Amino acid sequence: MEQIEYVRPRSLTEAYDTLSNGRRSVFLAGGTDIVVQLREGRRSADQVVDLKHVPELMALRFLDDGTLEIGAATCCAEIYEHPEVQAKLPALIDSASLIGGIQIQGRASLGGNVCNASPAADSAPTLIALGAQLLIGSKRGTRELPVEEFFRGPGQNALEQDEILVQIRIPPQPARSGAFFNRFIPRNEMDIAVANAAARITLSADGSTIEDARVAIGAVAPTPLLATSAAEALRGKAPERETFEAAGQAAAALANPIDDMRGGIAQRRHLARVLTIRALENAYNRAKEGI
Amino acid sequence: MRRTQVQIRLNGEDIDVLCEPRQTLLELLRDELNLTGTKEGCSNGNCGACNVMFNGRLVNSCCVLAPEVDGGEVTTIEGVAQGDHLHPLQQTFLSEAALQCGICTPGFIVAAKALLDREPDADADRIRHWLAGNLCRCTGYDKIVKAVLAAEAQSREAATR
Repeated sequence: MEQIEYVRPRSLTEAYDTLSNGRRSVFLAGGTDIVVQLREGRRSADQVVDLKHVPELMALRFLDDGTLEIGAATCCAEIYEHPEVQAKLPALIDSASLIGGIQIQGRASLGGNVCNASPAADSAPTLIALGAQLLIGSKRGTRELPVEEFFRGPGQNALEQDEILVQIRIPPQPARSGAFFNRFIPRNEMDIAVANAAARITLSADGSTIEDARVAIGAVAPTPLLATSAAEALRGKAPERETFEAAGQAAAALANPIDDMRGGIAQRRHLARVLTIRALENAYNRAKEGI
Repeated sequence: MRRTQVQIRLNGEDIDVLCEPRQTLLELLRDELNLTGTKEGCSNGNCGACNVMFNGRLVNSCCVLAPEVDGGEVTTIEGVAQGDHLHPLQQTFLSEAALQCGICTPGFIVAAKALLDREPDADADRIRHWLAGNLCRCTGYDKIVKAVLAAEAQSREAATR
């Protein structure tokens, strides 16, 4: 590995200051990608900025209005071990508990997963389905961005040079709603998704129709996608197999996948449909529990 | 070459050590502290051979920068036995022949201990799930799972004695 400096800011102000000292920076949260990339020479930097000592970036708490605030450097295990998160946001547990193995989950952060902007990021469809907002900060101030607008292409995100992803904020979920995430990999654990999908369904008061829905698919386009056409196919319809099938078709129609060692184009398009249907069926089951 | 000082509680002992900021925790342990029980496998977080405990969590030491552990607590395979007294997992890995070449073994034992410290009655499925981030190319894993189950049984027996 080339020579680097290690800096450990203790506050957001200190962190922003480190970005204006003229050195080329990389941010370190879990390090499960960054440390490997630096050692293999796939990334070059003058300084590594360890964000794990900035309190805002290590937060994990529900605000009074029910919003879940997740520090961008908070590791996956902290999230899936949190009893209130387990109870209120099971879809987030679906994602956080299958990113890497146990060793990775104790380090890797959702913020890092999002910032890497991999089309196959396993947290992305879930965060999109749950309507997550990203809190982005810099010396100039803060801004919020819906997570689906953050991804700009493989490895490309919406952060400016002087900005840091501070927090992921998940708003309180609608009454009578349920969400679910699933992915396809050729083995049981420890793999990158061939395709993935998440859905959130909100039922009408009597549970007979779908009032609202959010569907997101991943690894089938240059970025994770909010599948608005799939949501349109669900709104106002009965929560039954045919409705879910139609939404699955709509999601697959948005897929624009690549052909690589993990899967082919036809397979990925097929998976986008099947995983969307399964996400919807399971999201519906979770939504029913709230009626 | 600029070196930086790192203070760690390592296997229960407070130490100061100098490292380069670009070194990993794995390199700090093996090259600076001569603790060669922790092995280098893939060096990219996939094989678990370099597993250690850092601040109470199981980590791949190849994916941790050495200066990150400053002020923290690290336990390696060298800290698993109590003096000459082997940990039940170390005993059962031997008695169940859960190793052949042995390079993955320290990582497996550190990982399995992390599980048993939390879930002393984990079943075979749970053990397989927990150890999915550890690769072994000799045993086919069955003997490893049996060794962990045997260690659980041994610990239960010791507790009732």
